[in-house]
Amino acid sequence: MRAAAVKPGTVHPDRPPAGGKKLWQLRLYVAGATERSRQAVLRARQLCEVDLVGQYELQVIDVYQQPGLARDAQIVATPTLVREFPRPVRRFIGNLSNTAALLGGLELLTNAKAIG
Amino acid sequence: MKKHLLKPHAGVRRLPKCPTGIQGLDEITGGGLPRGRPTLVCGGAGCGKTLFAAEFLVRGAVQFDEPGVLMSFEETAAELEANVASLGFDLQALARNKKIVLEHVHLERSEIHETGEYDLEGLFVRLNLAIDSIGAKRVVLDTLEALFAGLPNEAILRAELRRLFRWLKDKGVTAVITAERGREQLTRHGLEEYVSDCVILLDHRVNDQIATRHLRVVKYRGALHGTNEFPFLIGDKGLSVLPITSLGLNHKVSNQRISTGIPRLDAMLSGRGFFRGSSILLTGTPGTGKTIISASFAQAAARRGERVLFFSFEESPNQIMRNMHSIGLRLEPLVKRGLLRFHSARPSLYGLEMHLATMFKEIAAFKPSVVVVDPITSLMDSGTSSESKAMVTRLIDYLKAGQVTSLFTSLTQGGHVLQQSEAAMSSLMDSWLLLQDFEGNGERNRVLYVLKARGMAHSNQIREFLISDRGVDLVDAYIGASGVLTGSARAAQGALEKAAVLAAQQEAAQLKRQVERKRIALDRQISGLRSDYETEAVELRRIADQVGNRTHVLGTERAASGRLRGADANVDATRRAKPRLGRSH
Repeated sequence: MRAAAVKPGTVHPDRPPAGGKKLWQLRLYVAGATERSRQAVLRARQLCEVDLVGQYELQVIDVYQQPGLARDAQIVATPTLVREFPRPVRRFIGNLSNTAALLGGLELLTNAKAIG
Repeated sequence: MKKHLLKPHAGVRRLPKCPTGIQGLDEITGGGLPRGRPTLVCGGAGCGKTLFAAEFLVRGAVQFDEPGVLMSFEETAAELEANVASLGFDLQALARNKKIVLEHVHLERSEIHETGEYDLEGLFVRLNLAIDSIGAKRVVLDTLEALFAGLPNEAILRAELRRLFRWLKDKGVTAVITAERGREQLTRHGLEEYVSDCVILLDHRVNDQIATRHLRVVKYRGALHGTNEFPFLIGDKGLSVLPITSLGLNHKVSNQRISTGIPRLDAMLSGRGFFRGSSILLTGTPGTGKTIISASFAQAAARRGERVLFFSFEESPNQIMRNMHSIGLRLEPLVKRGLLRFHSARPSLYGLEMHLATMFKEIAAFKPSVVVVDPITSLMDSGTSSESKAMVTRLIDYLKAGQVTSLFTSLTQGGHVLQQSEAAMSSLMDSWLLLQDFEGNGERNRVLYVLKARGMAHSNQIREFLISDRGVDLVDAYIGASGVLTGSARAAQGALEKAAVLAAQQEAAQLKRQVERKRIALDRQISGLRSDYETEAVELRRIADQVGNRTHVLGTERAASGRLRGADANVDATRRAKPRLGRSH
């Protein structure tokens, strides 16, 4: 799997997004094209499309391809989804199958309910 | 390596070993850790696990040209660099030269949420990257168990750790994994389950308020190893394990002799003092002059231009110098000239291991040819007896290897002097001098004798040891009917003998005078007799003359009467007789 910036490349991924709109910066580190990686990528995309429409930036990184990035980001487990922004940094390890834990950790649960 | 009775077959491959470079450890393990396999080093907090691992890595990089990766789960690279800098390891420079990679794994439980199944592929990838970036042969994981605290789901972790150790083996690196000591098992999380090749246990134990570190090889698959607990030190140059059992006895020996600084003591040691590079034990009860003999020895050596290192565990340098000055030993000039160095420390200041580490460091820095330890006993009190012996053995071994002559004083507690500790230590010593008090006649006197002196003819005599303001001297002790006489008893005995000699001299003089008198008397008798004789002789001559005169007169008268009668035949005879009368006295 290739490292790919998936959704709108409005700003440089390393810099916190500027502008009035609240932008989420997410990075997903996976190890190879395994079933687990596939699941994680799928769920991350779902999350973004459902809860963060138009205000996210998701980067998927294969640690086999870019081990240096894994080192720099202090990745131990894979898959790991890192919320770089907004602060504080949050790390979600696993294939993201536990949606409640994911949304709870991202503080999107109440938000989603309020909208829904 | 352990000796085999049978020669190993050419085809038998021994387990390859990876030398650690840690002093003493390679001797215990017969060459090092199992090459290409993981070794578990476990122990409680502060027992030296991280230093062990760091030294393994640094020595590998520096001495054996084996680059290494240090993956730390607890300390950052900067912290590690600072921590091991105290051992003289410059991690930064090694990292710059691509000899070592420092990889800090940061796990912050509070920011981690588990959302499903995961593996530790990220860790594998990073480790792989680090190993490949410098072609590492050694890997340290310190402390892997931090993963248990940082990551949820123990079942996944265990499976992944098992995979990690297999992966390390496949990678062919020699790995050291540190782990926290557990209560009922070797490690808190049972890592020994996965690492089955070699397990080393470190321990920091307090006995009688004295902390000592120990190392034990719990398990070493496929190799013979020392199974005992070995004390070890963390010194300035890293770890040092003290395997007393593996010390070799193959020091070079010197035939050179060096003076003790006390001529009479030299005389007791076949006239030339101790062997250079030998170890000397000086035993004595309190106040018998151990420090004084040590100082004399030190002074003599320094005056010959040799460097002397004086470890004092009782007195400060200034106090020693002042005290020795009072008996005429001037040490200050030698200190000023840099030939004599004092190192004073209270024995209770730190544990035995630290003392020895400090001593090793001082010796290595000053490079003395004579070392004095005054007294070794107070040093030995800071450890249990078996440890102390091991440590002292190590010290003596170290000194002998460097051809350093060493003098140890030992304080005994009166009574019978041959105490067990000395007896145990004596086997390590080449010469053993004994200082002792003799009590009697209301006084205490010091005596000295040579208990043993390997390799030289030595006096069997007890000498009295005198301390005056001109230094020390040894005098013969008198052996009397009631034992050895010292002090005033010796003086009294001396006086008695002197008196006896005087009396004998006087007697002889008197006899001489008597003889002289006799001779004079005899002379007088002889001269009396002679004068008697002469008197008699004179008398005799007078009588003879008288008789002659009378005869002459008689003749003359006869001639006259003859002439009267007309006879003329004897006239001439009368003329001749007259002058003879005039000459007589």
